[in-house]
Amino acid sequence: MSAIPFPAPPLDSEAVIALRAEVRAFLAEELASRTDRQRSDSWCGADKDFSRKMGQRGWLGMTWPKQYGGHERTAYERYVMVEEMLAAGAPVGAHWIADRQSGPSILKFGTEEQRQYFLPKIAAGELYFSIGMSEPDSGSDLAATRTRAVRDGDVYRVTGTKVWTSFAHQSDWAIMFCRTSGTPADRHNGTSQLLIDLKNTPGLTIRPIIDLAGQHHFNEMHFEEAVIPASQLLGTEGQGWAQVMSELAFERSGPERFLSSIELLNQLVGVLQGRQSDAAQITLGRLTARLAVLRRLSRSVTSMLQEEQDAGLQASIVKDVGALFEQSIPDVARELVDCEPDPVAASGYAAVLANIVHNAPSWSLRGGTREILRGIIARGLGTR
Amino acid sequence: MLAEMIQRLLERSLDDAAQARARNGEWLADLWAEVTEMGLPLALLSEDQGGFGLTAAEQGEALRLLGRHAFPLPLAETMGANRLLAAAGLPLAEGPAGLARADGLKLEGGRLTGTVERLAWGEHLDCLALAVGDRLYRVPRSAWTIAAPGNAANYHPRPSLAIDWQADAGAALPHCPLAEGATLRAFQIAGALETALDLSISHTGTRVQFGKPLSKNQAVQHELARLAGELACATAAADLAAEALARGDVLGVAAGSLRAREAAGTGASIATQAHGAIGFTREHRLHLFTTSLWTWRDEFGGQVQWAKLLGSAALDAGTAGYWPMVTEL
Repeated sequence: MSAIPFPAPPLDSEAVIALRAEVRAFLAEELASRTDRQRSDSWCGADKDFSRKMGQRGWLGMTWPKQYGGHERTAYERYVMVEEMLAAGAPVGAHWIADRQSGPSILKFGTEEQRQYFLPKIAAGELYFSIGMSEPDSGSDLAATRTRAVRDGDVYRVTGTKVWTSFAHQSDWAIMFCRTSGTPADRHNGTSQLLIDLKNTPGLTIRPIIDLAGQHHFNEMHFEEAVIPASQLLGTEGQGWAQVMSELAFERSGPERFLSSIELLNQLVGVLQGRQSDAAQITLGRLTARLAVLRRLSRSVTSMLQEEQDAGLQASIVKDVGALFEQSIPDVARELVDCEPDPVAASGYAAVLANIVHNAPSWSLRGGTREILRGIIARGLGTR
Repeated sequence: MLAEMIQRLLERSLDDAAQARARNGEWLADLWAEVTEMGLPLALLSEDQGGFGLTAAEQGEALRLLGRHAFPLPLAETMGANRLLAAAGLPLAEGPAGLARADGLKLEGGRLTGTVERLAWGEHLDCLALAVGDRLYRVPRSAWTIAAPGNAANYHPRPSLAIDWQADAGAALPHCPLAEGATLRAFQIAGALETALDLSISHTGTRVQFGKPLSKNQAVQHELARLAGELACATAAADLAAEALARGDVLGVAAGSLRAREAAGTGASIATQAHGAIGFTREHRLHLFTTSLWTWRDEFGGQVQWAKLLGSAALDAGTAGYWPMVTEL
C-alpha cells in the first residue's frame, strides 16, 4: 500500500463559521477601494497598515500561546482566516512570512528571550520577516550553501550572498540559513539558522532584483564580514537543515499554494456570467471541482499540523498539484475569452490577466520547485 | 475490521481467472453468495436499518477496497440501492440491485414502460432502485426484459432494459440515484488508482533497463509522484462527494465526482506508461484496473453533465458569490 494518507479535515465548528463571517465582513469594508490589479497580487501585495489592523483583530500569531501575544486558536481557524484573505485579494504580504513560518520557527526553536522579543511584535503586525535560503550557486540544492558564519567570541562573522529574498527591503528581520562548520561537501551537517536584523547590521547590503514584470519584491542580501551577535543563533548550531525542513511544511501546504490566481478566476466568472455557454459551464465546473478538492487536501494537512505530525510529504503533494491548478487558470481563461493582457491598467479583466500571466511561472519555482517536490514525493513512495 | 474481512475474502475468492470469466460475461454466483453471506449489500445502512452502522471512513475504506480489487460484480450499486431504498422506506433488495434514473419512462394508468439504458449485469439483478421524476420505485426482476445487449469498457455486460411494469406507489425520492452512484464510483476509482500506483511502483522497481531499475530514472520517479498526487485527489474527492451526498448537496457530489473522474483518466495513463508495453496486455493485471477506471469514470451521469451542473452554479454565483460557493462544497 503506497497511497500517501491524508486525514479527514477538521469540521466547521461554530467558532469557525463565526470567524469566516467576521473576516468576510472586515474585508468587505477594508478592501472596497482596492483595484482588481492590486487584488490579483495575492500575498505579494503588502500594506503595513492592513497588517497592523489584522494584528489588532487577533488574526496574526493566531495559534501561538497567549504569553507570546498569540491567541491559542486552532490551525484550522488560522487556515480559514488565511484562505478568506487570499480569496479576497487582501494585502497580506508584509506580515506573510513572519506569521506563516518565521514566528512558528522561533516558537519551536528559539530561546525564551527570542520568543519574548519577536513573537508579540509579529502578532501585533508590527515586525516583519524575510527568508534567506537561496544563493547564487545554491537554489534547489539548499545544502550547497556557501554563506559562512564563523564564530568569534560572542559574535558570528558572516560572509556570503542570498538571493530571491522577498521583501528584504521592507522587512525588519530575516531567518538566514548558512554554514557554521565544515564545507559544502558535508551537505546537511554543519548548517545553522541565524536571525538577521535587516535594518541594523553593519556589513549587510540589500539590493533589488527586478522581476520580469518590472516589480521589486526580490532582493539580494550581501554579507561582507557582517557581525551578528551569537545570541541571534536560532535553535541549535549545526541543526540548520532539520530546522529548515520543519519550516518548509508550513511553507508548502497552505491555501496560498493553489489560490494565487483566484482573482483571475473570480473575474472570469464575471466575464462569462450571462453567457452560460456549454464551454463556459463545463470549464468552470471542472476548475471548481479541482479547487474544491485542493481545499480539502490542504485542510487535511492543517489537521496534521495541528496534531504536530510530520506533513512534509502531504504538503509537497498539495503544492505540486496546487501549482498546476493555479498556473492553468490563465491558459484555461484564454480558451474562453479573447483579451489582450494589459500590465499597466489598474482595473478590469485585462489588468488581472496581465498580472497573472507575468507572475504564474514563479509559482512552481518558489518554495521548492516542481522537480524538488516530485523528488520528495517519489522518495516517500520508496522509489528513490 | 470489516475492511480486513473484505480483503481476506477478495484475496481468497477473486483471482485473475475469475476476473477473466467475468469479462466473458459469466456471472460469478459463488462470489456473490460469499459477499451476501458477509452482509455486504447492507454495508452502507445504519444499525437501525439493519446494517453495520459504519462510520463514513469505514464506508469509504470498504468501497475503495472494491476498487482496489477491481471487484467485478455490482456490489457497490447494490449497497447504494439499498441505502436509497432504506431512506425511502421501501423494501431492500434481496439480491444484486441496479441503481438508475430514467426520466424518459412513461407512467400511464399505473403502468411504467420504456427503456433503462445500460445497466451493469442487468440480466442478473434482483431489482432496480429506479428514479422517475421525483419518485423512487423498487422495480422487481419480473418487470424487465433485455432490450439490447451491451458491454462496458471493462467488458462486463451492460444491457439496456425494456421495462413494462404495473407500478406500485413507489416513494418520495430521497436523493438522486445518479448522485449515489457517482459517489460510489469515486471511491472505486480511488481504490483502483491505489492498485495502479502499487503495480507501477513494483514494476518500475524491478524492471531493469540500461542496467538499472526503471524507477532509478528521475523522469519515471516524477511520473509516479504525479500518480500519487492524482490518487490523493481522487481519495479526497470521494470523501468530499460522500459528505455532500449525506447532507443532500448535489453540487458537492458534482465536485467530488468530477475530480475523481479526471484522476481516473490521468492516473490510468501514467500507470500504463510506467509499465511500458506489458501494461497494454491482458497478460499483466494492470489492465483490470485501467479498464475499470475507463468504465467507472463515464457512469452515473457523464463528465459533461456533472461539469455543466457545477459550472452553471458557479456562473450564477457571479464574481462576488463564487468564492462563498466554493467554501460550501
